[in-house]
Amino acid sequence: MRISMKDWVQSGSPWVWLNAGAVAISVIMVVGLLALIAVRGLAHFWPSDVVMTEVASVDGRPPLTLIGELVDQESVPASQLRSAGIKVPEGVEFADRWLIKVGNRQAFGSDFKWVLDQHMGPKRYPAHLLVMERREWGNFYGYLIGLKEKGRLIGEQPVGKNDLWPELERRIQRAVEIYDQIEQIEKVEIGAINYQIEQLRLKQKRLKLNDELTAEALDQLNAQRQTLKQRYETLQQQRNQLYQQLNRDSMIGQLSDGQQVEVKLGQVVRAYQPNAMGVGEKVSFYVQKIWEFLSDDPREANTEGGIFPAIYGTVLMVLLMSVLVTPFGVIAAVYLREYAKQGFITRLIRIAVNNLAGVPSIVYGVFGLGFFVYFLGGAIDTAFFPEAAPSPVFGTGGLMWASLTLALLTLPVVIVATEEGLSRIPRSVREGSLALGATKAETLWRVVLPMASPAMMTGLILAVARAAGEVAPLMLVGVVKLAPSLPLDGNAPFLHLDRKFMHLGFHIYDVGFQSPNVEAARPLVYATALLLVIVIGLLNVAAIAIRNRLREKYKALES
Amino acid sequence: MMDSDFHTQSRASQNPRSHGINMNHLDRDSGVLNLNDERTCIDVRHMNLFYGDKQALFDVTMKIPQQRVTAFIGPSGCGKSTLLRSFNRMNDLVDGCRIQGEVNLDDQNIYAKGVDVAELRRRVGMVFQKPNPFPKSIYENVAYGLRIQGISKKRLLDETVEWALRSAALWDEVKDRLNESALGMSGGQQQRLVIARSIAVRPEVLLLDEPASALDPISTLKIEELIHELKSQFTIVIVTHNMQQAARVSDYTAFMYMGKLIEFGNTDRLFTNPLEKQTEDYITGRYG
Repeated sequence: MRISMKDWVQSGSPWVWLNAGAVAISVIMVVGLLALIAVRGLAHFWPSDVVMTEVASVDGRPPLTLIGELVDQESVPASQLRSAGIKVPEGVEFADRWLIKVGNRQAFGSDFKWVLDQHMGPKRYPAHLLVMERREWGNFYGYLIGLKEKGRLIGEQPVGKNDLWPELERRIQRAVEIYDQIEQIEKVEIGAINYQIEQLRLKQKRLKLNDELTAEALDQLNAQRQTLKQRYETLQQQRNQLYQQLNRDSMIGQLSDGQQVEVKLGQVVRAYQPNAMGVGEKVSFYVQKIWEFLSDDPREANTEGGIFPAIYGTVLMVLLMSVLVTPFGVIAAVYLREYAKQGFITRLIRIAVNNLAGVPSIVYGVFGLGFFVYFLGGAIDTAFFPEAAPSPVFGTGGLMWASLTLALLTLPVVIVATEEGLSRIPRSVREGSLALGATKAETLWRVVLPMASPAMMTGLILAVARAAGEVAPLMLVGVVKLAPSLPLDGNAPFLHLDRKFMHLGFHIYDVGFQSPNVEAARPLVYATALLLVIVIGLLNVAAIAIRNRLREKYKALES
Repeated sequence: MMDSDFHTQSRASQNPRSHGINMNHLDRDSGVLNLNDERTCIDVRHMNLFYGDKQALFDVTMKIPQQRVTAFIGPSGCGKSTLLRSFNRMNDLVDGCRIQGEVNLDDQNIYAKGVDVAELRRRVGMVFQKPNPFPKSIYENVAYGLRIQGISKKRLLDETVEWALRSAALWDEVKDRLNESALGMSGGQQQRLVIARSIAVRPEVLLLDEPASALDPISTLKIEELIHELKSQFTIVIVTHNMQQAARVSDYTAFMYMGKLIEFGNTDRLFTNPLEKQTEDYITGRYG
C-alpha cells in the first residue's frame, strides 16, 4: 500500500524521526567523547611490550638500534616526505611512521623518536628488556648488566641473561621503602615544624608591632623555637642517614646504542620487564599504575606520577563553593519570591540575575581578582595580618577567593532553581500552616523551605556541574600548576583558606599545553580529562542522591 | 409565620431593629432550635468585600451561633467561601482584597487595627477543600500548631496529639504509625488528620470549607459524623455545595446568592419552608 508523502508528513512521523535522530546523535556524541578520552587515557597505564628494532642507515647517518615502546602510528603523505628530502619509493602515496618512546632522556636528549616504517627492521621483543621509571630523566629502557653497592661491583651479567633481576627487584623495593620514609619526614614532620616556626616568627612580629614584645614573651618564643630547632635537627640527621642508605645501591645498564650508564636505585620508582610479564602480572601492574595516578603527587613537571593534589583541590573547592552559594542563593530567592513586592523592580532584578548567568566566566575571574583578592584580601591583610607583610596572606589568590568567585558565578542558577521550587509549593499547604496561627516566617521556615529543598538541591547540582568544570576564572584567583601543600592538612587550623591549590581542569591545560614534554603528557591529558568528568559525575550523583531522598520525603501533594 | 427568621436585604431594612435582632421565633413551642435563643459567636455587621474593583460580598449581616453547626449553601461563586475566609482573615492573603464593615468575635472586631492575625487564626481554625497535610509525620502534623505556639514538652504534646486524634476519630487507625508520613494516608484520613491538626490548638471556631467535596462517600460520612461529635466543643461553620449534606449536619443554614445573604435560619425550616423565592428555587434545583 502506498502512502502519499503528504499523509506521511501529516501523520507526524517525520517529527518523531527527527526527534529520535537528534537524541540519537546527542547520545552518540557524548558516549563517543567519553569513550575516546577513556580509551586514550586508560591505555597509557598499560605496560605495553618493549620493542627492539634496527633503523637502517639513512642519508649517510649510521644505522642505529632502538629500544622503546611503540606509542603511535600515523600515515604521512609521501609528497610531504619527498619535499623534506626523504626518499620514498615511486608509486607510494602514503608512508607509515611510528612514534617510539625511547626514554633515557639523559643520553638521547628527548624521550620520543619518529621512525618511518620503511626504515625499520624487524621488530623483536627480547624477554629481558628492562624498563625503569625514574624520578628524573624519564624512563630507562635497556639491559641490566651489573649491580653496585657503595660503588663496589657486586654482580655482573652479559646482555641476554637475567640472573641479577631478582636481586635488583629486592634492592629497588628497599630503596622505595627508604624513600617513603624520607618523604614522610620531609613533607609531614619537617613540614609541620617549618609551619610552627613560621607561626612563631609571625607571632613575634605581631607582638612587636603591637608593642607587646616583653622580655618574657621573647624568652618564651625563643624557648619554643629552640625546642622546634632541636626536633628539626634530629629529623634532619635521620633524613641524612636515610639519604645515605638510599644512595647505597646502583645498577649498570646498557642502552640501545651500547653505552653503559649507572643509575642510582634511589632514583627508581619501579622496574619491570614487560616482555616477560604474563597477562595477570600486567593487569596487576596496570591497577598499581592507576592507583598511583589517583593517589600520588605529580613528578617531572606534572608529566609523570599522580594527580592527587588536583583531585583534592577540585573536590574541596567545589564543596566550599556549595557551602557558600547555597545560603546566599536561597535567601535571595526567598526574598524575591516571598517578601518583595512583585513589580518593576523585582522584574529588573530577575532579569539581572538571569543575565548574570550568561556573563563569561573569565569576567568573574577578573572581578574576583580585583575585588576579592586585591580589595578584600588586601584589606584583610592590613587589618589582621600586618605581621606577614610584605608577603600577602589573603591578598593573593587562594582557596577562599576561588570558592567565592565560583559561588558568585553559580549564584544565578541557585536563585532561579530555588524560586522555581518556591513557586511550586501548593498554596493550600501554606494556607494550612497560616490557618493554624503560624506567621509567614514560621510557615516559610517549617513548611515551605523544607518542601522546596529538592529544588534547591537541583540548583546546587547545576551549580556544581558548572563550577567543577570551570578553569578560566580560577587561573586568576588561586589555582596553581604545583601546590607545595594541600589546603586541608594536619596543621592547625587544618583548613587553610589562604592557600593556593591545584585543580583538575587547570591541570589538563597545564599538562597539555604548558608542558616541556608534549608527547609524554598527551595521554595524561586524556586521563586527567576522564578523571575530571568522573569527579564531576560523582559530585553530581551525590547531590542527586540527596535530592531524591528529599523528594521522597517531601513528595509533593497533588495540587 | 412569614416574618419569622432572618432574611436580609429588603425585609431587614424595613425592620426598625436591625442586624438580626429581628429574628422571630419560628417554632416557638416545638422545642426546635431557634436563632434568637442562641448565644452569638461571630457577629457580622454590614460587611462589604471587594476583590480589587469587583465587589464579592454585599452588606452581609448575620450572627453565627455558638456551639452550633452553621452551613453556608449557594451556587458556585456566590461568595460563601469568601465569607467563611473572612472570619479568620484568610482573605488578607489575596492581593487587592478590601473589607468594609465589622466582623466581631466575642465583641471584638477582628478587622480592627492592632489585631494579631496569627492569634486570631489560632482561635478560628480552618479546614480546606482539599486535604493539605504537611509533608511530615502524622504526629508532627498534629503537633504543628502547638510547636508554633512554643510548646515543646513531650508529655503535653503527646497528650494533646492523642486527644486531637481521638476527637477526630482517627486515633485507632493511626496510633501504631504516628511517625509515618501523613502523605501515605488515604484522602479521608488526611482530611480527618487536618481536622485533628486544627482542633489540637483548641480553637473556638472551626471553619470547614467544603471539607468533604474531594472525598468518597464513606469518608464523607465519617467527616459528617465527626462534625456532629465536635459541635459540643466548637462553633462550626461549614461551606458546602451539597444541600443534603447541609441538611444532615447543620443546625442553621444560610443561603447566599450573588454575594448577598438571602436567607438564614433553622435548617429544617429553611429546607421545608423557605421564605424567599430564590431559596426555594435553589433548593428545589431550579438553578445552581
